[in-house]
Amino acid sequence: MNDRARPSLDDTDRAIINALQGGFPLCEHPYAVVAEPLGLDEAALIARLERLLAQGVLTRFGPMFQIERLGGAFCLAALAAPEEDYERVAASVNALPQVAHNYRREHALNMWFVLATDSPEGIPQAAQEIEAATGLTVFLFPKEKEYFVDMRLKA
Amino acid sequence: MSASSVKPSPQFDATDRRLVVATQGGLPLTPRPYHHIAEQLGLTPEEVMQRLAAMVERGAIRRIGAVPNHYAIGYTANGMSVWDIDDAVVDNLGERVGQLEAVTHCYRRPRHAPQWHYNLFAMVHGHSREEVSAQVDAIARLLETEFPGACRARDILYSTRILKKTGLRISG
Repeated sequence: MNDRARPSLDDTDRAIINALQGGFPLCEHPYAVVAEPLGLDEAALIARLERLLAQGVLTRFGPMFQIERLGGAFCLAALAAPEEDYERVAASVNALPQVAHNYRREHALNMWFVLATDSPEGIPQAAQEIEAATGLTVFLFPKEKEYFVDMRLKA
Repeated sequence: MSASSVKPSPQFDATDRRLVVATQGGLPLTPRPYHHIAEQLGLTPEEVMQRLAAMVERGAIRRIGAVPNHYAIGYTANGMSVWDIDDAVVDNLGERVGQLEAVTHCYRRPRHAPQWHYNLFAMVHGHSREEVSAQVDAIARLLETEFPGACRARDILYSTRILKKTGLRISG
């Protein structure tokens, strides 16, 4: 996904996105259940979801797992990549399957990424692999405390 | 990232793990998605639904539903606001900031002096940089009113490019 081409959304698309950011039911025909208050039928809702996913408007539709509760670990990390070497460093970092997200940000620490691993020990291992591949120091920012937030955004 | 390296949490068994692996890419877009998963895994649909419900109950699933791409729904400005907050009050202040509507994540994280002095991170989404900046200013004013002197410095790190974005996956 890039931020240049943005697909246009109609009111129904927005209603779907706003209504379905959580609470999808666990029952035999869940799409039919959530379609009704949106004024859609099951097939129409499924077709819309398929399109929104294909367009990249939705990155996923399904359960959002809290990886730490499943024995895994996540960690925010950052490094300062020299501008002239930025693309090579980005490619080295992105090559690791443990790197789930990676963003360029405006700061001396100009590359911020999230490591996601199957176990807590995987985090320092991944950081070391990145340091070995790039020759740069990786700063780890584990969450020490998570404050309650509502992650939903209105479309 | 081998399965053998995993220390399963007490309530997370091998069947739960198969269920995570089968659904972490998304639910099937078929009229009876849980039946579809059940068939794939050789479980009954009731067991699939019960196990997912149990994971929701104990917080292993945050929620089930649509995950929008922020950019695609108009939140083109994404600012990571970072704050150097007095350790004595950072938790009270973090709880307060997390409640604000524009904030989608809020965490306390370690400092890395001398490169990094900020210990509170709050992600702010907006339709423009001006909107994000105004929201961060509003947060700063609120903090100064409610916790005078606690905030020593702040900054906003805007993302200028997504270099990679995949779901958080565990291996089968």
